[in-house]
Amino acid sequence: MAGGVRVLRRRIKATRSTKKITKAMELVATSRIAKAQERVAASLPYANAITDVLTALASNTNAQHPLLVPRDPEHRAGVLLITSDRGLCGGYNANAIRLTEQLIARLKAQGKQVALYVVGRKGATYYNFRGRELAGSWSGFSEQPRFEDARRVGETLIQAFVHGADDSVDGAGADGVLGVDELHIVYTEFKSLMTQTASTKIFAPMQVEEREGSKDELLPAYEFEPNAEELLDALLPKYINTRIYAALLDSAASESASRRQAMKSATDNADTMIKSLTREMNSARQAAITQEISEIVGGVNALAAAGSE
Amino acid sequence: MAKLLQVELVAVEEKVWSGLAEMVIARTTEGELGVLPSHAPMLGQLTPGTVRIKLEGGEELAYEVDGGFLSVTAESVTVLAETALPVAAAARH
Repeated sequence: MAGGVRVLRRRIKATRSTKKITKAMELVATSRIAKAQERVAASLPYANAITDVLTALASNTNAQHPLLVPRDPEHRAGVLLITSDRGLCGGYNANAIRLTEQLIARLKAQGKQVALYVVGRKGATYYNFRGRELAGSWSGFSEQPRFEDARRVGETLIQAFVHGADDSVDGAGADGVLGVDELHIVYTEFKSLMTQTASTKIFAPMQVEEREGSKDELLPAYEFEPNAEELLDALLPKYINTRIYAALLDSAASESASRRQAMKSATDNADTMIKSLTREMNSARQAAITQEISEIVGGVNALAAAGSE
Repeated sequence: MAKLLQVELVAVEEKVWSGLAEMVIARTTEGELGVLPSHAPMLGQLTPGTVRIKLEGGEELAYEVDGGFLSVTAESVTVLAETALPVAAAARH
């Protein structure tokens, strides 16, 4: 019986140290959420300003740009999936991957080929393990993305989009490189500390979104330096990079929030387990003591009985 | 001078500076220009270089930008740079 107590004590100890780890991870994730949210807030002035500039530009000219015009027909679609580098964050990656699979199935049903780009080690591992080809993957910055990272991703995607302009159904066009005709992004939207939802957006060809709460007043007639076409040419790639950066930041906040939640429930579970194991251990110890007492009493009785004969 | 410009200098990862200024000097692809209040609305592409902001009272701030955009309206100037670093030895006039 004493052996049972020892085994239980060992299990309690193991659970306690697990709890310490999950608790620490929970705390780290909590502070990361706050930092990620600060970074989202810090990136807003630029995002708003570039949207304003683009809106002003778009409403002042009829300039057409490859990034703005839907192609007909669209043969190949690019999908950018944003996942995390590390695990232990609940359903965060699983949800994003599931949504990606649904999107891919939908695109394939429309007769399009799909080129998949992945950010984050977890997503890349998922597809590599299944032997599915990735058009590109990046990792190492999922928790603290910098604009530099967004630009690297953005440049690759924009290039693929530009290359896609002359492709036909059968393969690459005049430039010999297989590109894409539209770009989708799958990322995890940070709704609140408790809710994060995977969602998809179309990046290119893009519609310039009206900024919420923007003034209704008529935009002034702008002068352009250099001309509007060149400005649009320079501005649109930057705008796409900004959008990718925003998605990376949002995903980073969601990742930390998901991890915090997962670690919190792990800590809670460890607590419950420690409690029930302690109960079990105590009753085992009690049982052992009771048994020992009854053995001693039995022994004494037996000796007394033997002595009186 | 009564009229001042509302100036915002934003980089991708943070807002670098905002406040009131008398004049903003920047270099676009067409050449260097100084923006005073009531300037005609304008959008310009910046070349890498220095953006100088003249404050009320003669002080001057200078930032090194690696290209970006300049948006001017009658009352405000917005400088969109990917990165903007303050120039330590800003020229004082």
